[in-house]
Amino acid sequence: MTESPVWQPTASRDTLKSRAQQLAYVRGFFCERGVLEVETPVLGRHGVTDLNLDGISADVQAGGVQGGWLQTSPEYPMKRLLAAGSGCIYQVARVFRNGERGRRHNPEFSMLEWYRVGMDDQGLMAEVADLVCGWLGCDRPDQVNYRQAVIESAGFDPMEISDADLRRFCEQWLEREQLENLSRNDCLDLVMSFMVEPTLGLERPVFITGYPASQAALARLSQDQGHPVAHRFELYINGLELCNGYWELTDPEEQRQRFEADNQQRRMAGKPEMALDSAFMAALEAGLPDCSGVALGLDRLLMLKVGAKSIEEVLAFPIERA
Amino acid sequence: MASYSTNEFRGGLKVLLDGDPCIMLENEFVKPGKGQAFNRVKLRNLMTNRVWERTFKSGESLEAADVMEQDMEYLYSDGEFWHFMLTDGSFEQYAADAKAVGDTVKWLKEQDVYTVTLYNGAPLSVTPPNFVELEVVDTDPGMKGDTAQGGSKPATLSTGAVVNVPLFIVIGEVLKVDTRTGEYVNRVKSS
Repeated sequence: MTESPVWQPTASRDTLKSRAQQLAYVRGFFCERGVLEVETPVLGRHGVTDLNLDGISADVQAGGVQGGWLQTSPEYPMKRLLAAGSGCIYQVARVFRNGERGRRHNPEFSMLEWYRVGMDDQGLMAEVADLVCGWLGCDRPDQVNYRQAVIESAGFDPMEISDADLRRFCEQWLEREQLENLSRNDCLDLVMSFMVEPTLGLERPVFITGYPASQAALARLSQDQGHPVAHRFELYINGLELCNGYWELTDPEEQRQRFEADNQQRRMAGKPEMALDSAFMAALEAGLPDCSGVALGLDRLLMLKVGAKSIEEVLAFPIERA
Repeated sequence: MASYSTNEFRGGLKVLLDGDPCIMLENEFVKPGKGQAFNRVKLRNLMTNRVWERTFKSGESLEAADVMEQDMEYLYSDGEFWHFMLTDGSFEQYAADAKAVGDTVKWLKEQDVYTVTLYNGAPLSVTPPNFVELEVVDTDPGMKGDTAQGGSKPATLSTGAVVNVPLFIVIGEVLKVDTRTGEYVNRVKSS
């Protein structure tokens, strides 16, 4: 039996229209605030070192360049623009992450990323709220720190719990032998996905802030009640993770150390190590201005706008039909 | 043996879990943007019919189970085994034991076609079509004038199944029955 290919889109025409309106709204929002729209390469020479981001490699053969990666986010090239004196910038980019497919994931998706020079994470959260609430017509978000959110939903303190107790807690989802391969962060992510996230932003939107330092990625750190925490925030609405922002780390030496730590974790997880993006590192050396930045999933924002249960309702063609 | 990694998980996949063949019913992918991905999977154990919920870290894999569903015609029972024959023209026969036939035994009619699930080449379960047509072999006498009333009575069918039928049904009539609910649907013809 041969199956004939399904050629029709998964999004309705009304939703495609909302998508176009959303894009126009975003451009209007930043135009009014004097933030410059930029475009950076979707196809880059380097991938990222993040343990949990799997890039999709590309077989580039051009201009003396051999091989490359579809970008998992436009972060590094945008920071190079910032280092070159661009001032505040935003971008609507297609980004790619291998292995990610589900009700809320498609391996290719639309990301809105923007950077505000001279702004801290609090200032940027206020701007995210302006953008999101202006479009969805929702209440302005509360702010809850990561530690409090986990205590409330899961009943343990993520900053204090021992590795052994955390593993034991995760036995409700995984077998013992599976747990042996889980790091502390993996366990926390498991609890976050299955226990905390579904409760976030149900009454009104909520920013989760103050992530453990081990989940800082490219955010700067500070101390909170004796625990190192990242100046990182995420916005949740109806249990849906919508954006991830940082008061950006500008110290090239610390950045290099985090990249190297990433690669060490990749090595332990049996994943290929990724070459550091030397151009990005050079830009950091030259000097990244003090800034905050955030990446927001536009497909998920549209899901909230039209009340979609799954991402294919807002995509013309998800990967299976692409 | 073939295996499936988490990124191949999908509904309908036949896999081995704790040594038993299972069919994947649902697969939910979760992942915090910067965090570890997991798949939460619902599976039905084909040996026990029990539904299991399990979680897998992205990159884990499950062994494929050699499970196939085939259309087969029911031939006869020798008391110990129920014999089926492939409808693909090969005339290949399979003997299913009482465990494989299970509750379907009460819907088995010679020459009707059933779905037989094979595990490692041997019948694991037999699924009846959604509707079967069977003759009434025993029921209380029919009562005229009751066709519009809601009353019902038990009727024994040729396979031994007992279903509730309207009062006007008489012995010898052929009934259409929904095998999923065990309920009477309508009369097919009168004898």
